[in-house]
Amino acid sequence: MKMEEQPQTRSMPGWQRALNALALPVLALFSALLLSAIFILGSDPVVLTAYAKFLSDPGAALGISWKTIVDAYHALFIGALGDPAVVSKELSEYFATGDTKDLTLAFYPITESLVTATPYIFAGLAVALGFKCGLFNIGAEGQIYVGAATAAFVGYSVEGLPWVIHMPLTFLAGTLAGAVWAGLAGFLKAVRGAHEVINTMMLNYVAFNLVHFLLNGPMKRGGATGHIPISRNILESAYFPAVFPEPLRFHFGFFVALLVAVGVWWFLWKTTLGFEIRTVGANPRAGRYAGINISRNFILAMALSGALAAMAGAGEVMGLNHNLAEGFSPGYGFDSIALAMLGGGHPLGVVLAALLFGTLRAGATKMQSLAGIPIDIISIVQAFVIMFVAAPKIIRWVYRLKGEGGFETVLMRGWGG
Amino acid sequence: MAAITQTLGAGVGALAQRRRGILYALAGIAIIVFFSRDVTPEQLATLGLNTTRSVQLLKLPDIVVPVLPVVWLFGALVFGMGLWELARGFRRPAWLLGVTSFAFLATFLVWAARGTSFSLIGILSASLQLATPILLGALSGVLCERSAVINIAIEGMMLGAAFTSVFVANVTGSVMLGLVAALLTGALLAAWHAVMSIEFKMNQIISGTVINIFATGLTNFLNQRIMQEYTQFNNEMTFPFISQMFPELGRLPILGALLFDQSPIVWLALILLVVVQVALFHTRWGLRTRAVGEHPRAADTLGINVFRVRYVNVILGGMLAGLAGAYFTLGSVGRFDKLMTSGRGFIALAAMIFGNWTPIGAFASSLIFGFADALQVKLQILIGQVNIPSEFLVMLPYIVTMIALAGMVGRVNMPAADGEPYEKQ
Repeated sequence: MKMEEQPQTRSMPGWQRALNALALPVLALFSALLLSAIFILGSDPVVLTAYAKFLSDPGAALGISWKTIVDAYHALFIGALGDPAVVSKELSEYFATGDTKDLTLAFYPITESLVTATPYIFAGLAVALGFKCGLFNIGAEGQIYVGAATAAFVGYSVEGLPWVIHMPLTFLAGTLAGAVWAGLAGFLKAVRGAHEVINTMMLNYVAFNLVHFLLNGPMKRGGATGHIPISRNILESAYFPAVFPEPLRFHFGFFVALLVAVGVWWFLWKTTLGFEIRTVGANPRAGRYAGINISRNFILAMALSGALAAMAGAGEVMGLNHNLAEGFSPGYGFDSIALAMLGGGHPLGVVLAALLFGTLRAGATKMQSLAGIPIDIISIVQAFVIMFVAAPKIIRWVYRLKGEGGFETVLMRGWGG
Repeated sequence: MAAITQTLGAGVGALAQRRRGILYALAGIAIIVFFSRDVTPEQLATLGLNTTRSVQLLKLPDIVVPVLPVVWLFGALVFGMGLWELARGFRRPAWLLGVTSFAFLATFLVWAARGTSFSLIGILSASLQLATPILLGALSGVLCERSAVINIAIEGMMLGAAFTSVFVANVTGSVMLGLVAALLTGALLAAWHAVMSIEFKMNQIISGTVINIFATGLTNFLNQRIMQEYTQFNNEMTFPFISQMFPELGRLPILGALLFDQSPIVWLALILLVVVQVALFHTRWGLRTRAVGEHPRAADTLGINVFRVRYVNVILGGMLAGLAGAYFTLGSVGRFDKLMTSGRGFIALAAMIFGNWTPIGAFASSLIFGFADALQVKLQILIGQVNIPSEFLVMLPYIVTMIALAGMVGRVNMPAADGEPYEKQ
């Protein structure tokens, strides 16, 4: 089957091949949104009462369902990309008068999407790099917090350094902490065969509690009021500077993330170490016969994965919040699992998927305030996305698609003991 | 870490034995040094054996012990065992670990209770309570994995079942129907897991993650949409404790608090433990299940329907996880709270591995995890005495899980085909 398929795909023009590669993730996302709509409808009392009278008035029930869904996803769209009408109006006003004040507001939603995409790029790369080595890092969330806590500490406690030194130092410190944190899970897997899924999950809980302890003890901001424990602000010499003036929050972390994505691509495909990691991921047994040290690659890949996830946390502290607050990450680490799979485990795919997830989450925040739909709907969407991407058979069958492929990773079957 | 876990466990050879001996001798010294801190020579510790219940059949005297001698006694015991291991060697090093753990915990409790009193019966009773969902989750894991389907979704199934149990119990006004709803939720999510991993041959870890993310998202979503808007659906609904149904049982000394001040679900879990243990090793179903888990092709050749066995086991396992979820609500606090299972599903998996994929072993290890959990709940009272920030106590079960995993995986007999999808030829 695969043999016959290949020449056919190869003879296709480039754009058609690209389209083919895109079909699966796009349809997966579309189907996931469609299925999630059921949960929006099923938990809406107005819709449910309409369905109670379905037999007498089916039109009303269907009409109200349609309206609810359209309202919800419209709010999502506006929240993510801005209202097209407002944007075009402000643009023409800007060209007429040169007034930028309202224009920045019109662009607020779309820059917010990019702001949210930033941690997603880092965390998505983290999970994707793990996949490439056959490792499933579900501890990115904890690693984000560890990276953020370390970056925050270095950011406010190291004083008197110029920006060119303090900023990279802060970023590196956070990154390193994440590498050590996740490296522990890699170490336990390499040396003891303990499955990384459980260990990274356990390390998540340890990290959350550690941050809770730090924020209520050693790192507590003096005289802080309010419900959420918070640390001192980091010094300006450790900031990722903002790109636009206030109130836009878009910062240079986004470009750092893009650079890191290129770096990960270069590392995985252009270096010997990266090749080893991919070999171990594709076929550990073959790797072993080729003389590759499997244990070392597990530890290295896990540490790098943790480092990337920690960059997400450090980036949020340095570019956005400028402090460490409990619960500052709404689950970027968990979301990045679906994201990495949607991106096919490739850095370019991850960046695209991260942009999509950034818009989704930024939009969902708006959807929560406009249409009253809890933001957790995103997790439901994600669960379906992972399912459809991991079992492309379902999508192919539903949409009558031909061809092979889909998300390919050789995760360890069993407990790896 | 690796050296330590290797040394603690059943490593063989003279070098491992010598290392182990030195390590345990050092552990003995550490117990003495650490737990002699802040203790005055005459200080006593009281370990309570009575509940606060006013009517009791027999009031037992509390255990009152002098702190320092206990510390020295247990420290010397461990030190001596280490020396013995160094000189002669024990035949079963596992005993060394068991006795040392007990000595450490006993010393720790006595030390924490120095100059004051601490309810021993309370912490034991709490251990059993907190072990219950872990035991049920581990049994769920045993059922699934004995037929070679990894179920990492126990956490999600628990969470989903916890939600529906409260919702249905409140809507219908019946705790029993709430329990049924929990079982059905577990079965439904498990069926989904089964279809993905058996039918579509998806990687079982990914398939389980789908369920976990879905259950987390949906319960958070519905919690905000339903429970918080219509609070009448989140009223406290619990099964009465055994001692409330039979007050005489509750008045028994020790046993009253330990076994009967408990939800019926605790008893159900203990009964299911026996049932699963017997069924797995002494019935035709159990033999088939194990055959499918060890060598599906051979089982298939003998006419066993591999797919059906896996579907049945995964769905039964889902129901056990559902029961565990119901314990969090109907058996304990009675309300749903978002993310209330807080990782116990993963700890249950560790308990299953630690228990070598047997129900009895899973029970023993869930008691250990339950005790670690109970320590952090009960020690809050003695927080000033212990001088450990509460967050570190909360971390304890998670860290114990990691150490247990590191020490056990690789030297246990996991089902040979665990995690492998079956392809019929």
